[in-house]
Formats: sequence, C-alpha cells, structure tokens
Amino acid sequence: MAALSTAAGRVALRPSVWARVGWVLLAVYVVYALGRLDFSWPRFVTGLDNGARFFARMLPPRVAQPDSLLQGLTESLEIAILASCIGILLSLPIGLLAARNLMPAWASWPARALIAATRSFHPVIVAIIFVKAVGFGALAGIGALVVGSVGFIGKLFAEAIEEISLKQVEAIRATGAPFMNVITYGVMPQVFGRFIGFATYQLDSNLRNSTMVGIVGAGGIGGTLFSAFQRFDYDFVAAILLSIIAMIMVGEVLAAWVRGVFLEKGKVEEE
Amino acid sequence: MNAALDHAQTRTWRRFSPRQRLARFTIYFVIVAAIVASARSVEVIPEFLYDAPEQVRDLLQRMWPIAWSHYPGGVHDALMETLHIATLGTILAIAMALPIGLAAAHNVVPSRTINYLAKLVLVASRSVNSLVWALLFVAVFGPGALAGTLAIAFRSIGFVGKLVGEALEEADRGTIEALEATGASWSAQLAWGYWPQVQPAFWSVALFRWDINVRESAVLGLVGAGGIGMALDTALNLFQWNRVAMVLFSIFAVVVVAEIVVTQIRDRIL
Amino acid sequence: MSAALILRGLVKEYVRGKRVLDGISLAFDPAGMTAVIGPSGTGKSTLLRCVNRLVEPTAGEIIFGGRDIAPLKGRALREARRQIGMVFQEYNLVERLTVMENLLSGRLGYVPAHKAWLRRFPQEDVDRAFALLDQVGLTGLANQRADALSGGQRQRVGIARAVMQNPKLLLADEPTSSLDPKTSVEIMALMREVGRQHSIPVIVNMHDVELARRFADRIIGMSGGRVVFDGAPVGLTDDVLKTIYGGESWLH
Repeated sequence: MAALSTAAGRVALRPSVWARVGWVLLAVYVVYALGRLDFSWPRFVTGLDNGARFFARMLPPRVAQPDSLLQGLTESLEIAILASCIGILLSLPIGLLAARNLMPAWASWPARALIAATRSFHPVIVAIIFVKAVGFGALAGIGALVVGSVGFIGKLFAEAIEEISLKQVEAIRATGAPFMNVITYGVMPQVFGRFIGFATYQLDSNLRNSTMVGIVGAGGIGGTLFSAFQRFDYDFVAAILLSIIAMIMVGEVLAAWVRGVFLEKGKVEEE
Repeated sequence: MNAALDHAQTRTWRRFSPRQRLARFTIYFVIVAAIVASARSVEVIPEFLYDAPEQVRDLLQRMWPIAWSHYPGGVHDALMETLHIATLGTILAIAMALPIGLAAAHNVVPSRTINYLAKLVLVASRSVNSLVWALLFVAVFGPGALAGTLAIAFRSIGFVGKLVGEALEEADRGTIEALEATGASWSAQLAWGYWPQVQPAFWSVALFRWDINVRESAVLGLVGAGGIGMALDTALNLFQWNRVAMVLFSIFAVVVVAEIVVTQIRDRIL
Repeated sequence: MSAALILRGLVKEYVRGKRVLDGISLAFDPAGMTAVIGPSGTGKSTLLRCVNRLVEPTAGEIIFGGRDIAPLKGRALREARRQIGMVFQEYNLVERLTVMENLLSGRLGYVPAHKAWLRRFPQEDVDRAFALLDQVGLTGLANQRADALSGGQRQRVGIARAVMQNPKLLLADEPTSSLDPKTSVEIMALMREVGRQHSIPVIVNMHDVELARRFADRIIGMSGGRVVFDGAPVGLTDDVLKTIYGGESWLH
C-alpha cells in the first residue's frame, strides 16, 4: 500500500490495483459458474422449502434399528483402528526411504513415486477398486484407508525428515553407531513430535472416512446410512449422523490425550 | 562433590518417571487390545483374499484400452462441472467460515459460550463427510450440481474455520493492544491488527482446501450430486470398464493439474 | 612411544585441481594436546574430519590403531570410528533428548538397535556416564533436555559424550568458536584435563592463537593446505604467525 500526496490533498492509502482486479475477477467467476451449474433462484427457493420439510422429518432422531446402528459403528471403528495401525507402520519405512537428505536417489525416487500414487485417488475410488478385488465388507475398507494413510503420513513424514538438522545426525555417525542407531538417536527425536501429530490426525481422518466407504460397500456405518436414505427413514438418518459426530468427537479427544502423553514439552520429569 | 561416589551406590537412570511410564503403558495396552479385538471381528474370507490378485488382473485387462473417444461427449462437461463445484464450494465455504472462525477465537470474541458453540458447529461440519453431506443435499435439492456445491461448502466450513480460528488465536497480542490503545473499534482491530497477521495462513488454508475439494468433488457424483462422479457411476453400473478407466484417468489428470496450479500460486504469493 | 595417529600424504580436493589438503604428513603421540591453527578455509576442519572419515580423503594414508583406516567401509569403518571421539563447534547434541541420553549416545557403536531404542544400556555405561557428568561439572543435570542448557554446558556434554566412547583419540573441531572468552578457557582446560586423566591424545583445531599457546603442548600451523609450522608454543613467534596468517595488521 503506497502513500500518495497529490496537489488536491493527501490520500492516506491506496489499496493495490491487483487486489481490486482480483476481487472483480472473483465476482465475475462466481456469476459465470453459477450460470454453468444451472443455478436459478426459483430452484433454490423450492429447495429451501424442501429442506425445511426434510429437516422436520429428521426430527426427532429415532434409532430405528439399534443393532444395525451399533454394528455399523463398531465396524467403522474397527476399520479405522486397523487401517491406521497398518498405515502408520507402513509409512514409517516408506517415509524414511523417501527422505532425499538421508537416502540415495535409487531409494528415494521409488518411495516418493509410491507416495504420490497413493495420494492420487479419493479413498472412495480406492474402496471401489478394493471391493472389486477382495469383495464387499470391512477388508476392502481397511485396504482403501491403508492406502490413503500411507500417502498422507508418508508424505508429511518425509518432509519432516528433510527439514532436520543434519549436524545432530553427523555427531551420532561419528561415534561409530550403525545405521538404525543413527536413525533412532539422530533422526527420530527430531521428527517424533510431528510424527505423532500426523499419526493422530490420520486416525481421526480414518475415523471420518470409515463412515463413508460403506456407501460403496466397503463396510461400516456408511452402508447403514445409505440404506436408511434409500428407505426415506430420515429420522434414523438423523440418529446415525448424530452418533457419527459423537464418535468422531470422542476420537478427537482421545487423539489429543495420546498427543499429550507422547509429546514431552520441555523437561523430562524428574524422578 | 564426590560424596555420591563414596557411597558405592549405583545410581540408576530411567528415561521416564513412573507416572509417565504408566500412562505410556496404558496407551500401548489399549492400542494392542483395540487392534486384537478389531482384527478378530473383521471378517476375512480367505478365498476372496487369495482371489484378489486375479481379480485385479482381470480388472486391469478390462480397463485396457482406455476409451479416449468417450472424453468429448461423456467426460469433458462433467469434468468442468466438477471444477466449478469445487471452486464455488470453496468460495462459499470461506464466506461462511470466516464469521464462525472469528466467533471461535477467544481473543476476538471474548464470550466462552459463543466460542464453544462456534467450535461445535465447526466440529460437526468436519465430522460429516462431503459424501454424506451430498446425500443430504441430494435429498433436499434433488440431484445435480447444486447439491454437490453445498456439500463441498458445508464440509469445508469446519476445515477453514478451525484453521483460521487457530491462526487468530496465535496472533501477536502486542499489535492488537497497540490498536486498542488508540481507541480503534472492534472491526478496525480486525482489519488492521488481525487480518494482516492471519492473511498468509488464510490464503494457504484456502488453497489447500481447494486442492482437497477438487478431489472430493470428483466422487460426489456417485451419489448423484453432479460432476464427473456421475459419469463414473454410470460407467460402473454398466460395467463399461474402458470408460471407467477414462474417467479415472481424467480425474487423475485434473488432480495433478490442480496440484501444480496450487504449488505455483504458493510459490509466488506465499 | 608409538604414534597414536600417523597421516601420510593426505590429500583432499573438493573441486578437481584445487587442493584443500596438499599432501599432509604428520605423526601424533598418544598423549598431550595438539592445536592446529591457520586462516579460515585452509583445511584445518577438513584435516580433522578426514581422520574420522566424515570427509572422504582424495588420497593418502591414515594409520590409526595399527592400520590404514582411509579405505575402510561399513562395519570396519564404524569400529574405527568408535575409537575416535569428536567434539563439534556447534555441539551437535541431540537437542530433544536429555543430557543422559546424549551421553549414552556415545556408546551407540556398542549397543544393538533394539536395546538402544529401549534405552537399555549396560549398567557400567550408566555408571560411567554419571561419573563423567561429575567430572565435567554437570552433576544433577542428567534429566535436563539438551536444548535447555547454555552453550558452555552443552559443550561439556559434547566432551563427555566423546569420552564415553572410551576413545583412543579425541578430535575437537573449533570447540570454542561459539563460546564467550571465559567459557572458552574453561572448555579448553576441561579438554586438557580429561585428555590427561583418561590418557587420550587431543587434537584441536582453532582460530584463537592465544588459547592455543596457553593450552597446547604442540602447535601445527597450516597455510594454503600445507603445514608451515610444527613445534612447541614457544616457537610461535610473530614472524611465524605472519607466515601462517599473512599480513601484519591483525597482530597489533
């Protein structure tokens, strides 16, 4: 922002021209896109009316099939737990291999390619492929989420390793320590905190995704939800949504607790 | 100084205090128990598992050759629609998320109740997948891109709102206090004190979310909410694997292009 | 007294044709402190780092423990490195670990991977660590995180870590360059004391000539990748310093 002084008087600030242009372009785009999407006010208003009626049918939430609900939730939980554990375990070596500052090119490039490939597709699409490969059910869901987890944690883990101070690693190497010890003492302490952060985030993310892969048949509460929709059982839908939200909130609290225990901020406690 | 050595008593060293060890052990135990319980009740039908490589091979064979000719008619328009859904959805989400994010930041809105409610809204938004939001909006507004756009928007509110709220809470207090001292109004403090500090984080979050939304928008069509997902759904239902491959390829291409665009913008602006 | 370390014709070229070390030949006794001085970029650090192979020499022999360690690789190299302790200019401690863990990391060449991960070191290592902590004046700080310490304290931990290896040789690469004058003197005194007590020869490279004069038994002056002075501190006259550093203005 530049200060101007003109003959007529002082103008205190003039916002940059580029910002103005940017906002105008944005507005133009919004109008254009709305047109392409067939957006029209009458349709929107009808929709709102629909929405009100829809909302009314959702309340009060009713647990129409408690067994089905419980089973679906448990299955989603199991999918999330197993997928996260397998994903975390796999992404440790893969992420390490992908770190260009520690690994030679013949190791890091395949690892980076693998990580990029696993991130290319939405978990639902991967789930569809797994359903074709291993059949309907939780196994497909676990497989799909493992792929997603490796992509997410692997990428961030490799980036974290690439940011460490190599001086600490050099010192450990100078003591004659073998490779694994160098990793354990030189690399891991520097990245462990961030790794726990990614891992717990991915656990939450898997918990959310596990509620959805059921829509394509890969197990979990998603299937229950989808069939409730198709039966127009909207009050059951509301109950399912609320229980999903509750489960995820509990998951976030647990994740925060695990983070608290593993991340020693500051001094180690004296005995 | 050498009193300890004179004692001829070995000093032991433990990495963690007893309380820490207990907490860590509990967590390990719970994790292992959860894994064992989960693994036992997940149904693994061995025949399906052994069959898997064969199935995948079969799938890949059916997908080849990719139906390139399908692109102009069946894919291109849907792909563009997907991009519009993602972009409009992100813009709408940002517009809705900003006020909520402000309300969630304690140093901007000092009322704990409002903070809590805003955070609740954000958590609820995040907990429901865009796919599930899409189901909801398809039921309300009927199939089509409108449902998709709203689904993307409502899902993203939580993401953008949470990160913006956190960025606000981490803003430097000193600048704000200085503004307060000059008697600036609340909105002036926002514009001059908070916005400049939060701005880089904001754009970063917006770009990040747009990138994710491009991926998300691609699958919404599976439940009828518009975009390339609908082409995918049609092809899957008709078992036209060559077309499925075409759709998957174009989704992949769009995602890669979006990543490149985002990286370029990031390098230039941030 | 047989030599602890012999260098023969040591050459290092980072860029082809440009020799940072131009055929260095030196022998080091198994006791005492040697200071290597010289202008920046003259290869002092490179010389030290060639000994423990943190830098790969281009040519030459490094006779240590009775054999040439220059061509060693893999396990043999690690075993040789166990015998050589190094103290770094920026301490190079693992910041997030405690003092005790940093000390014990000196034994990582001897402890298998799973035990190292579980922090199960032999009790005698732990005893030794506590004793060394006392000796370097850091009693009671065993559970402090390394990044909570001052510069001088960190370097003491660095010295203790190197001594934990039970080395036959101690290298120090500009150990006092990041410290204030008072602490520098303390660290140099500590290194000399530790070297004497545990019978380890110490080779220090530094740019503070006065410190070198005060603490070293032998001074090696380098210039342009070659040794231009090798003798007792008393022989370090102004003329000699001029040959090493060039120019007079800095002397006054």
